[in-house]
Parts: sequence; structure tokens; C-alpha cells
Amino acid sequence: MAVNIVKEKTLSQVGLVKLGATKEEGGTRAVTYTIGGDAALPFHHFEGKIANRPIVAMEVQDIEPNWPGTVKKHFEGVLDKPGEWAKKCVDEYGADAIYVRLEGAHPDGADKSPEDCVAVVKEVLGAVGVPLIVTGCEIEEKDNEVLVAVAEACTGENLLIGFAEQENYKSLTAACMVHKHNIIARSPLDINICKQLNILITEMNLAHDRIIIDPSIGGLGYGIEYAYSIMERARLGALQGDKMLSMPILCTVGKEAWRAKEASASEEEYPAWGEEEERGILWESSTASALLQAGGSIFLMRHPKAVSLIKNNIEQLMKDNSY
Amino acid sequence: MLIIGERINGMFSDIKQALIDRDPTAVQEWAKKQEEGGARVLDINVGPGVADRAAAMKWLVEVTQEVSDLTLCLDSTDFNAIEEGLKVCKKPAIINSTTAERDKVEAAFPLAVKYNAGIIGLTMDKKGIPKDSDSRLAFAMELVAAADEYGLPMEDLYIDPLILPANVGQDHGPEVLETLRQIKMLANPAPKTVLGLSNVSQNCNDRNLINRTYMAMAMACGLDAAIADANDDELIKVAAAGEIVLNQNIYCDSYVKMYKTR
Repeated sequence: MAVNIVKEKTLSQVGLVKLGATKEEGGTRAVTYTIGGDAALPFHHFEGKIANRPIVAMEVQDIEPNWPGTVKKHFEGVLDKPGEWAKKCVDEYGADAIYVRLEGAHPDGADKSPEDCVAVVKEVLGAVGVPLIVTGCEIEEKDNEVLVAVAEACTGENLLIGFAEQENYKSLTAACMVHKHNIIARSPLDINICKQLNILITEMNLAHDRIIIDPSIGGLGYGIEYAYSIMERARLGALQGDKMLSMPILCTVGKEAWRAKEASASEEEYPAWGEEEERGILWESSTASALLQAGGSIFLMRHPKAVSLIKNNIEQLMKDNSY
Repeated sequence: MLIIGERINGMFSDIKQALIDRDPTAVQEWAKKQEEGGARVLDINVGPGVADRAAAMKWLVEVTQEVSDLTLCLDSTDFNAIEEGLKVCKKPAIINSTTAERDKVEAAFPLAVKYNAGIIGLTMDKKGIPKDSDSRLAFAMELVAAADEYGLPMEDLYIDPLILPANVGQDHGPEVLETLRQIKMLANPAPKTVLGLSNVSQNCNDRNLINRTYMAMAMACGLDAAIADANDDELIKVAAAGEIVLNQNIYCDSYVKMYKTR
């Protein structure tokens, strides 16, 4: 008797979101990506089509970041030039996309004006041909000014802009709708709020193929298992046909991984932990690879070596294992 | 919980008249209204006393599809009429229904496979509805075996353990619930389950109360679908809440609205 291999059947698939727009589409990007679309659990090629490979975006800021020296040294000389910094990420380090974090807008920091922030985004757009992901300084009032200005100034570029949250999603949703961008819907490690926020945003008539979920990940050793299980539940929901959990997921890996003491404590302080830079790279890439398995589609990262490790990992996982 | 809207049925006078006049207005209104109410499948039944059932079924399917993309559930004891309907269905439909009698099974299951349709199997034979759960299960097992025999995917088999009105066959209530529980253990993957829900309250007082109470209980025992009044809003709310408390659907504040609009 023939062996009947039981495969999970799915009713639906992860939604598709397009990032960036070419000249013909009204933007200026040389490349664009379509992400999502998986019809199975992550990389279960044998159960359904894994339509699009996850992408890695490298982070660029508008002020010199307070990153560990082991990361910053790879961007020496360009940390105050966002355009050149972005170009280095793409040309030398193979970034699929650029993540522009407008930390300089912070009212207690550099307090840059919306105009200055727009100029930074424009500078990066001019320097590279890949799609852009833009977030503010995470102070609601300021972000509502800055991000709305960015959305308006970059009409047609099909940016991915964040973060919309349950208590503050209306201005950004409206801006993304009017100026045709995608939005990052962030929920605080809570699947119910994640779903509700997607409903609230779509109720404002932003199409669900313009939404990316940020479930608020934790780095390795700092709650990554909670993020993993929430991402897994969202993916299972998506495959069962829950449209409001079917958006592709973004993971703020760089930020969370490098926050960990283990990623950046010096060798002198903890000799038993091993070489500092290697440890940090592994912390960031392990965080990313775990979340890759959980179903992440966009990875925001920092260290060039961690980026290359994870891109290699993605390439391996995208090899068809169907039978 | 899949609600199969019961309203497009020639038993109702407006649908009967629509069939006589070949005027699609009432049919199409009910198709839209039931979808808005929360139905995700529409039952289509030409009703009693129609001369050419096949032609009537074909017409009902066609006019319903003009206004609705929902899956259709073709409800007739006449397999010719069902096949005429299946021929014009734009997407895979559900055949409603066959009993566990061998000659019916031999006609119905190949039809389902041919048209890639689901099928509702009743746990009875020509002797009628069994009294207890064990006899119902014996018929359920025959239907499961038939699905295997004809190569129908188990998820496309909907077993109906047949509920009787509370004021007629009160003792059937718990027997059906027990049957629902056991059906899920007959195969892996398990067959689906369905009930003609409104039957439980036939000629009773406070029908909607009995319907929704029984549906909640049956959901907990593994009920997947119900042929029911999709415009009974309280019933739909129970279905929505039932999915949440049974962890079949992820909670969000708008869960009732999501149930109706998904």
C-alpha cells in the first residue's frame, strides 16, 4: 500500500505588499519588492508556495547613532552623511532596502524640523535605488508632523512608513492613503491588538495590501519566544483565512538585538563571553534567524556581517524542499 | 462556524412565487440580505410541488450567482436537479444531501467528486432517523467509508446527525450532541459536521432562543456548520462569540463585525 504523506492544507495565504515604485509607477526606485504571499508555514515549500523571499533593510539614521563601536566602525566616515551611508549599505553590504530612522526629530534631542527630516529622506532616495522604510523618533506629536511631511514630499515613492499604533494611527493612515504609501501597524506583543489595529486601519479605507505588521519583537534572550509565538499565531490565522492577520511581518531586529548587554558588553568586562564583535554579530543574526523561522518578511538590521549571514540563511531556506 | 442561509427555499411563499413567475427579485434580495447577515453559504431549495425541479434549480442557481459570490448548497432529494445546478455553479458547491443508504451513496458521492463539491450526509437510511447516538454513528461511519471509497476529501464531507424538534423528540437533543463529539473521532482529518438547526425549534415557543442555545452547545461538541436563519442577529452573535471562546478565531474587539464581514 502506498504511503500517504499527510500535508497541512491551508485555506488562504499571507497577503502581498509591494514596496517602492519605479519611474513608470510614479516613483524613482531602480528595484521594487513584492513581499508576503506565502501559502504555508515559513519555508514549508512542501506544503504550499513560498512566493517571495524575505528582505533585509539596513538602518540609517539622521544623527550619529549611539551604537556600539563594533557596529559603527563599519560605517566610519559616513555616519553624518545619510545618503552615503545608505549607498554603502546597498553597494558594499548588500542591503535589499534602506531603513531611515529619523531619530534626530526627537524633541529632547536634535529636535530637527519636519523640513530637515524630509531633506534627509530625499537625500537617501537620491543616493540609492532600493525601496525605503521610514520611521520617526517615536514621539507621537512630533512623528505626526514629521511623517506626514515625509509622506507628502515623497508622493509616488511607495514608502513603508511607521509606526501606527492603536492610540495613534489616524494621521499616518490618512497620510499613507492620500500619498499612496504603506504603513507599519505596531502592536505591543499582543495578537488581539495586532488584529484590531489592522481592522481600525482598514476601516479608514487603507487597503490591507498596504499594511505591514510590527508585532514588537524581543531580542534573543529578551522575550524572543513571545514574539515567535505571536508571529506563529498570526501566520496560522493568515493561513486559515483571517484577513486581518494576514499582512506580512516586519522585525526590528537591529534595535532589539543590540540593546542586549550580551551583544555589546566588552571582553574586559566579561572575558568568558568571547570576542565582542563576533558575539554581537551572532546575537543579531540569531535573533533574525529565529524570527525568519517564525514568519518574518522584513528584517531591519545593523551589522553588515549579521546582514550577510542572514541573507545567506534566507537563500538556503528559499531552496525548494518540496517532495 | 459556517452559517448556511436557509431562506432561498421554495417552501417560503415569496420564493415559490418567484419560481412561478421566474422573477429573480425576491431570490436576489434574500441572497444579499443573508450575506449581510453573516451567511457564508446559501442553501438553494426549489421547494415542494415544482414540476420541473431541474430547470427550477438551474434558474435559482443562476439568478443567485448574479448577485452573490457565496458558495451554494444545492438542496434537493432529486440528484438530477442537483446535477443541473452543479453544472452552472461558478465555484465548488455543496450537495444537500444523501442518506447512508447504499443506492443514494452510489449516486451522490461520484457526483460530488465529479463536480469537486462537498456533500452533506444524513445519519439515516430508509427506516428513518435513529433514536440514539450509537445508531447515528454507525451511519456516520458508513458515510466516512464512502468518502474513502470514492476519493472524496474528508473535509468535504459534512455529516448531519439530524436534530428533531424539542417538543417532539426531546430525547434526541443530547444524543445528537454526543454524536457530534464522536464524529470527530471517526477519521483523521475528521469529517465536518452540520445541522439543520432551525429544526430543533420547529413549532416551539421562543424559537430563536432554542436555536441559539442549541447552536452554542453543538459548537462546543464540534459543530462546523448550520443551515440556519442568517438574519437572526442574536444567533450570528452567538456564532461569533462561540468561535472566540472555542479558540477557533483570534479575539479582537470587533469580533462580531469581523464575523459578519469576513
